[in-house]
Amino acid sequence: MSTAFDHPEYNYKVVRQFAIMTVVWGIVGMAVGVLIAAQLAWPALNFDTPWFSFGRLRPLHTNTVIFAFGGSALFATSYYIVQRTCQTRLFSDTMASFTFWGWQAVIICAAITLPMGLTSTKEYAELEWPIDILIAIVWVTYCVNFIGTIMKRKEKHIYVANWFFAAFMIMVAVLHVGNNIAIPVTMFKSYSAYAGTVDAMVQWWWGHNAVGFFLTAGFLGIMYYFVPKQAERPVYSYRLSIVHFWALISLYVWAGSHHLHYSSLPDWAQTAGMVMSLVLLAPSWGGMINGMMTLSGAWHKLRTDPILRFLVVSLSFYGMSTFEGPMMAIKTVNALSHNTDWTIGHVHSGALGWVAMVSIGAMYHLIPILFGLKPGAMHSTKLINVHFWLATIGTVLYIAAMWVNGIMQGLMWRAVNADGTLTYSFVQSVEASIPGYIVRVIGGALFLTGMLIMAYNVYKTVNRSENAVTAQA
Amino acid sequence: MDALSTFWNIWVFAIVFGTLIACGLLIRFASNQTDDGETTETTGHVYDGIEEYDNPLPRWWVMMFWATIVFAVAYIAAYGLGNMNGFLKVEVDGKQVPWSQTAQWQNEVEQFDIKVAPVFEKYAATPIVELVNNEEALQTGQRIFASNCSVCHGSSAKGSQGFPNLTDNDWLYGGTPEDIVKTITHGRHGMMPAKGLMPTMTDEQIIQTAQYVRSLNDDDLTYDAAQAEAGAGVFAQACTACHGADAKGMLITGAPNLTDNVWLYGGSTKQIEFTIRNGRSGKMPAQGDRFSKEQIHVLAAYVYSLSYKEDTK
Repeated sequence: MSTAFDHPEYNYKVVRQFAIMTVVWGIVGMAVGVLIAAQLAWPALNFDTPWFSFGRLRPLHTNTVIFAFGGSALFATSYYIVQRTCQTRLFSDTMASFTFWGWQAVIICAAITLPMGLTSTKEYAELEWPIDILIAIVWVTYCVNFIGTIMKRKEKHIYVANWFFAAFMIMVAVLHVGNNIAIPVTMFKSYSAYAGTVDAMVQWWWGHNAVGFFLTAGFLGIMYYFVPKQAERPVYSYRLSIVHFWALISLYVWAGSHHLHYSSLPDWAQTAGMVMSLVLLAPSWGGMINGMMTLSGAWHKLRTDPILRFLVVSLSFYGMSTFEGPMMAIKTVNALSHNTDWTIGHVHSGALGWVAMVSIGAMYHLIPILFGLKPGAMHSTKLINVHFWLATIGTVLYIAAMWVNGIMQGLMWRAVNADGTLTYSFVQSVEASIPGYIVRVIGGALFLTGMLIMAYNVYKTVNRSENAVTAQA
Repeated sequence: MDALSTFWNIWVFAIVFGTLIACGLLIRFASNQTDDGETTETTGHVYDGIEEYDNPLPRWWVMMFWATIVFAVAYIAAYGLGNMNGFLKVEVDGKQVPWSQTAQWQNEVEQFDIKVAPVFEKYAATPIVELVNNEEALQTGQRIFASNCSVCHGSSAKGSQGFPNLTDNDWLYGGTPEDIVKTITHGRHGMMPAKGLMPTMTDEQIIQTAQYVRSLNDDDLTYDAAQAEAGAGVFAQACTACHGADAKGMLITGAPNLTDNVWLYGGSTKQIEFTIRNGRSGKMPAQGDRFSKEQIHVLAAYVYSLSYKEDTK
């Protein structure tokens, strides 16, 4: 990449690198997602090969979309936003560069070790201990660089987006280190330092906060910059920002035990996690309201601006899935939904509808700026619009299919005959789920197609910008 | 239930209620200092061109926040926290006990057993030999089998390697209704020691014995006669204690009949040699704790029905 687009004051290079990798890893992660969705619909696609089987590719999918795609989006936007809103260059360019190459190294290690079957078996924390150490080093560097930048800011106050980013970074550091403490046996094998139920609780303390801090607080940081920026409207309420920020980060930490309802976890711990999850509803919606209401007076822009559409629809999905989550945490509902496809649908209404859509919107806003073009100068607005519809329809198909499957499975599993025997065997519920699995493949494929269109659009935009630079020279 | 120590009990309450109270204070404080109108004044901060209004918290949102806090307190009161039991009660064993997931489960099982008991009671008085003519009872038995037994014996009850076929009227522990009920209730553990009673058995003797065992089956014409003859002596020494001198097996030990060409662990030379060399251990778990006598009665009728017609041939 040419250095011709370098901003005189800010470090745009690292933002550019992460922005491009957001698109690349988005495509890779979602392609693996479509593949494993197809393996569930047509098991022959496992090809009887261990490294190509669902069990090994599923963690590859989750790691790639959460940490490679989502992570790159967070790095790109946080580095951009902290510089712009603090009006100062990053604390250290070397550290920024180290976080980029370090993070990419983590992803490559994941892509090699997971299909080999090397795993610590902790969900969303499958990577083995040497990679965990690398993650910790990169992450701490990221924290220092980000907070260092805030410390040398030229603005008097710290913008709300940066509160969310800082909370996300610090908590993820604590959670990652806490959950991955393990005794190494060999280079590629370790055992968790925790045993039994305690291990399960620590795992879900991490697991749910991977959602709460990585996929929520971090992405609210993105929302708080790009929504007012794209709508060109002031943020609706500073006060609401404060209230929902503090409530959100203090409640999320305790919610993880709702993953362990009706397990060997003590009853009171399940109940405590449940009530924290429920009280989370209002703080979560606080973010949605603040984003949505920021648009008042700018609703007409939605007609012409597909980037704003991405951002608004992402907020709607965020609101929907943060309503669904507390409901599913209630013991009585969880007794039906647990272990069914409903959970997967819920995760994807957050992952596709909220996380991916808000990131995509942010990238469309960022990429022309990062490559020295006028804001809003993506190669084709029409293609952004096509992408928007593919993403929205894909998400809706995906989650609708999983709702139907999940509720159906829950009901089939508990159905009994008058003589007390089960009405359905497990395999019958699997058979009945196949149509839903096929719809999911279609939904996922639509979403992936949108990403490919985005890649083309980005390629053309970057190309145009390079031509412009050459022409000037 | 293991009680928490006083310290941890207080800790749990402090964290949970501390968080809820802090949330309450936060919204209380933030909604206090406001008049209600929407504002057009910004806070005066500008970040990269972004300004902020300071609109009051939406009233419906504050109400919703309070409602969830009230719900949380009520939920804790109902289900309990730390060492405190909630007010929610469930009936177990005729007594009202505080809710716990274990009590809820016990209650559900009890209720369920009461509900389904009549279905089975009406069959209890009918002997199994007659119950096999009751189509409805057999269907119930089949459903119990499908949910509980088919994992090992297969949904068609034809078994697989290591798991007996229940349809061929070849019984390891006897095929009378009483035997079947006993097998289901108490389970079975079939153990063949490696090399039978002859720990010194050589590799050559293993090969010879395997040929002898094959020779016992009428339709097996491909065994090595010379080796089989040599194996007869080994068999007499190592195997007859359980399988009998005629190799027709013994119900009391569950030792299979080796002359009927029905093979629990496979009848090829290789498989028979493996069995002799390493022994076998087959376990059918006891079901007596999982089902009522009446349920086992119906299940046994179904199992009996799979092969009883062969008797009359």
